Amino acid sequence: MSPEFVSGIVVFVLAAFVGLEVISKVPPTLHTPLMSGANAISGITIVGALIAAGIADGGLQTAFGFLAVVAASINVVGGFLVTDRMLEMFKKKPARQR
Amino acid sequence: MTELLYLGAAVLFILGLKQLSGPRTARRGNALAAAGMLLAVIVTLVETDVLSWWAIVAGIAVGAIVGGALAIRVQMTSMPQLVAAFNGFGGAASALVALFELERTAADLPMETAIVVVLSLLIGTVTFTGSFVAFGKLQGLITGRPIGLPGGQALNALLALAAVGAGVWAVIGDSTLPYWVALGIAATIGFTGVLPIGGADMPVVISLLNSLSGIAASMAGFVIGNQALIVGGALVGAAGLILTVQMGEAMNRSLANVLFSGFGGSSGAVEMSDKPVNRATPDDVAIALAYASSVVFVPGYGLAVAQAQYAVRDLATELEKRDIDVGYAIHPVAGRMPGHMNVLLAEADVPYDQLFDLEQSNPKFAQTDVVLVIGANDVVNPSARDDAASPIYGMPILEVDKARNVVVVKRSLSPGFAGIDNPLFYENETMMLFADGKDALESVLSAMDQV
Repeated sequence: MSPEFVSGIVVFVLAAFVGLEVISKVPPTLHTPLMSGANAISGITIVGALIAAGIADGGLQTAFGFLAVVAASINVVGGFLVTDRMLEMFKKKPARQR
Repeated sequence: MTELLYLGAAVLFILGLKQLSGPRTARRGNALAAAGMLLAVIVTLVETDVLSWWAIVAGIAVGAIVGGALAIRVQMTSMPQLVAAFNGFGGAASALVALFELERTAADLPMETAIVVVLSLLIGTVTFTGSFVAFGKLQGLITGRPIGLPGGQALNALLALAAVGAGVWAVIGDSTLPYWVALGIAATIGFTGVLPIGGADMPVVISLLNSLSGIAASMAGFVIGNQALIVGGALVGAAGLILTVQMGEAMNRSLANVLFSGFGGSSGAVEMSDKPVNRATPDDVAIALAYASSVVFVPGYGLAVAQAQYAVRDLATELEKRDIDVGYAIHPVAGRMPGHMNVLLAEADVPYDQLFDLEQSNPKFAQTDVVLVIGANDVVNPSARDDAASPIYGMPILEVDKARNVVVVKRSLSPGFAGIDNPLFYENETMMLFADGKDALESVLSAMDQV
């Protein structure tokens, strides 16, 4: 195994443990927004898509790269926006006058 | 330097996730994570020796317009399926990155790279098709009832074995063919794995697929040797798994139970009681409400389907004008996803301090004059508390049967997702108003004018 691959595995395992620890007890109210937000973060694959599209050498390579960028951008832009829209509704509203 | 900037992005993701799990900080958490993403994208664009910009610029433009438009225009009731769709696109992107690498190298890969290409391809593709089946079910394109498949779980076990076989073949061999075979099998597993799962369990499934899309992204990171991807993907993979387990707990369902039982819309015949029910008209309900001093609404899945959140709010406003105490009792899994009902009611401008969760609500029902159950069924089913033989026994419920009067607004006597009868409907104190949730509430509101 190449050293890069090994350090990749190290980073993967450590990051997974951080992921397990960072989510403590979440109130059910926030389950949906948190899932949506985490989903947007998984759009980090856009970095891979950009590299692929950038270094693609025409033909199928470019096609795959382009489609990957489109799909990942939908995931990232849509994901963060929709999460924000959801959370905006939880803003504390002024108590209603009787 | 590049690696350090990527590390900065990863730290922003971690802080973002952390803050997203607290009510006060959630919105800022989302913004932090988005900032991390922007940073990662900019670093990538600066550092990559880009041959052709058009694919990048056009790709981002198309994706941002489509994703942005969907996110801004979606109805809050359709939120769960939109999240499923976005997740599917994420999985597709990871699989496409793997395909790109395959095409670029003509499958001439060192073994370690071949392994991660296969994994990225398999997991990304399962996420893609699985998410779109979940989307179809929630959108009503596919029936929400579990679809039994010939062979059932044996079929899925066989397919999983075949996927592993194709993966091994791809790693050992040196042609692209086995990769495509693996892709085909993974696409099939997305269908056959999610189709047998009932609509009520879709939130847990989407959460699990979200976790998978994180792992797929991480594998794609190994494919192109990029640590930002490895970290971000692993974070979401692990965090998504914890969230999936917690969601399951809120529904009193283990993950294995969700995936393999086909519960959530039972297929067998339901044993219905033939006891009579008290059928009510909107006028009866209006009178009961008018003479009450406290009213609690219990909104459920049916309310979300009927888009009746504004109608509830209007009725509540009328009751408040008459100095009647109004509250909402929210079961943890009310709506189509945990927390979904809170979003829907917040959208309809229901004051936050009128929403009460399960623990707050249950002690109050005994002092409540009228409980109005709208489109909820299993979450108010006393069998979960009283009948040890019931399939939902042990699930936490809202104990509305303790209230002085109960009005159940429901389309028909049909059972809920659990597919079991509800003794609440046959109680003497219960009135059944058979109608669409929104129509029913509007006619009750107009009947209030007369009393």
